[in-house]
Amino acid sequence: MANSEQLIKMKVLKIATAGSVDDGKSTLIGRILYDTKSLTDDKLEAIEEKSRQRGFDYLDFSLATDGLVAEREQGITIDVAHIYFSTPSKSFIIADTPGHIEYTRNMVTGASTAQASIVLIDARNGVIEQTYRHFFINNLLRIKDVVIAVNKMDLVDFSEEKFNAIKKEIEFIASKSGYRGQNLTFIPMSALQGDNVVHKSENTPWYKGETLMHHLEKLEPEDISEISQARFPVQTVIRPKTEQYHDFRGYAGKIYGGDLSVGDEVAVLPSQTKSKIKTINFFDKEFETAKRGSSVTITLEDNVNVSRGDMLVKVNEEPTIAKQLDATICWMDKEPLKASQKYYIKHGVNDAQAKITKLSSIINTDFSGIEENPSELVLNQIGDIQLKLSKPLLVDSYSDNKSNGSFILIDSKTNSTVGVGFIK
Amino acid sequence: MSNKTIQVDALESEAIYIFREVVAQFEKPVLLFSGGKDSITLVRLAQKAFYPAKIPFPLMHIDTGHNFPETIEFRDRLAKELGVELIVRNVQDNIDSGRVKEETGRYASRNMLQTETLLDAIEEFGFDACIGGARRDEEKARAKERIFSVRDDFGQWDEKNQRPEVFDMLNGKIDLGQNVRVFPISNWTELDVWSYIEQEDIEIPSIYFAHKRKVFVRDGMIWSADDEVVFRDKEEEVLEKMVRFRTVGDMSCTAAVLSDAVDIAKVVEEIRDSSISERGARIDDKRSEAAMEKRKQQGYF
Ligand SMILES: Nc1nc2c(ncn2[C@@H]2O[C@H](COP(=O)(O)OP(=O)(O)OP(=O)(O)O)[C@@H](O)[C@H]2O)c(=O)[nH]1
Ligand SMILES: [Mg+2]
Repeated sequence: MANSEQLIKMKVLKIATAGSVDDGKSTLIGRILYDTKSLTDDKLEAIEEKSRQRGFDYLDFSLATDGLVAEREQGITIDVAHIYFSTPSKSFIIADTPGHIEYTRNMVTGASTAQASIVLIDARNGVIEQTYRHFFINNLLRIKDVVIAVNKMDLVDFSEEKFNAIKKEIEFIASKSGYRGQNLTFIPMSALQGDNVVHKSENTPWYKGETLMHHLEKLEPEDISEISQARFPVQTVIRPKTEQYHDFRGYAGKIYGGDLSVGDEVAVLPSQTKSKIKTINFFDKEFETAKRGSSVTITLEDNVNVSRGDMLVKVNEEPTIAKQLDATICWMDKEPLKASQKYYIKHGVNDAQAKITKLSSIINTDFSGIEENPSELVLNQIGDIQLKLSKPLLVDSYSDNKSNGSFILIDSKTNSTVGVGFIK
Repeated sequence: MSNKTIQVDALESEAIYIFREVVAQFEKPVLLFSGGKDSITLVRLAQKAFYPAKIPFPLMHIDTGHNFPETIEFRDRLAKELGVELIVRNVQDNIDSGRVKEETGRYASRNMLQTETLLDAIEEFGFDACIGGARRDEEKARAKERIFSVRDDFGQWDEKNQRPEVFDMLNGKIDLGQNVRVFPISNWTELDVWSYIEQEDIEIPSIYFAHKRKVFVRDGMIWSADDEVVFRDKEEEVLEKMVRFRTVGDMSCTAAVLSDAVDIAKVVEEIRDSSISERGARIDDKRSEAAMEKRKQQGYF
């Protein structure tokens, strides 16, 4: 059986990168892999050879992560890549996301599960439109730890003034953001040459802070759902129908928000039937308590009617039973969103039909305010909407519970995921 | 015995969640079982996801006819123990009927031919979800893969137009004829898999452990000389060495590594200290930088 040491080792810090095209995200990740000795010999050889072939006098670390032919041809990242590495004290998953505006949806994909984000800025160009947008999305997702990596410092003579000017500008827009819980850290670096990435740079004597890796190693991994009330959405009902388990009726799912224990009085939603937790099963063992984040099977004292999409919660900790939602939505499809259109909505493991009853506003991602009553929301725009649902969903606000406060919209003609919503 | 708090293993928990979504969202899922450590790990996770019920879908093996005998024996025994249906489809049948042509020469491999047999089997049984053991850390085109990855009628992966996958919501909606490839251990590394096998005490085929074998060396890689499958030039000398296999794909494209790791603890240690990636021993990836992406576009696992 697992000992505690092994279980701690399995804890991973998920990080996403952000920033405009060519600001150096892929290069930075390659550099981190290189400097932490995470690149195996065969992968390093491949990078050395390709860099030589292309006539570079340096190692093009972006080749470590740009895994698609089209990406290497164009020298840009198109889709998110997940990269894994560990240091003696921690395991990391870094999402290398695309900077190009056209692929913002892939950036959202990479960032949605991240606990920390690194926003790169090309020191020569300073804060540009795409920086604003990514910073905005980080705030919308409520990512707690955000590192502003002022990159390519080698191209501005490691100028302290340049660094401070960018810092001031970001601090100014951060003050306009509605999300207050964020920790901002500013680091001057050169991803290409390795300054302040893993090793402290001699080129920035004026910088008294830590290197990027040092900073990341100190961050605490946590579940994507912050601590709140327990939510247990039922994924499937387990009925073995064997002689030994003839009457076994277990509800399988993952716990979000808080812990659940045997004996807890629970309400089954939406029916509001009350019962008590009889057992918490995980594989062939029974447990007294299950923590948020664990996938378990729960049995109840009473023979109540529970099916997929229903939710078990502690009595007096009920979420909102909503037939209508107010939400901020990030649009990810070429077909624009318009009021009165219908979509499938997927909220956790639950599905319903949804009709857009109102498109209230487009939110400018440069923090300059909103545009009221627009006629449509196009690809990569963010706006506020109202939805009417074909059946009640059991929701929290995104700020209370990330997993139970978010949803996706699916186009019923193409089956594509066209938007991600954050419930108010 | 039930006075404990269950500890969260985030990767295990995520994989179990994915298995349950597959069963809830699809009508005819199947687990693609190769007999390798990743698919054996998948089987254990599937068992955990549905316990005390049996695994509610069949296992399917696309047999190239060039598998290590140890793997085949292991496969049959595991399926029997679990009481799940095992479907086997043979690449040899397609070769015999002339549908596909066998590669020739010193690098000949049946690895690519598997794709055709797989697509036929998906159509034959009408599978709408194929669960596989691919991991994102294996290879850089794999690193781009979603957990639910939609394939069209021809099994093709449209890598530039993947669905966004946010939080842990998995969109399994597809049209008739399409299917989804599902990767529950996407976020595991090779070391995570080995550590899990150790922690869970999972049985794996013996070729994963160091053993004496007749081998020959070519292009710096070690090949098995025990069988007829790998083409060997007369001047390539046969030696006896202590070796093990890090992956157990088709024999013709899976090289061995020199190793003294005779048990699971030693294997974990060896992987932790390794300076060569797992796929460094797969000749099929060395064919070109884009090898994996190309195979995936054509419907490979
Ligand atoms: N001089 C200098 N060049 C850099 C630095 N970081 C990145 N570059 C170069 O900037 C170019 C773009 O780098 P990438 O890492 O591909 O940029 P990216 O942010 O991943 O771009 P997208 O993925 O397309 O958004 C490459 O030519 C890099 O070599 C740096 O610190 N200094
Ligand atoms: Mg990039």
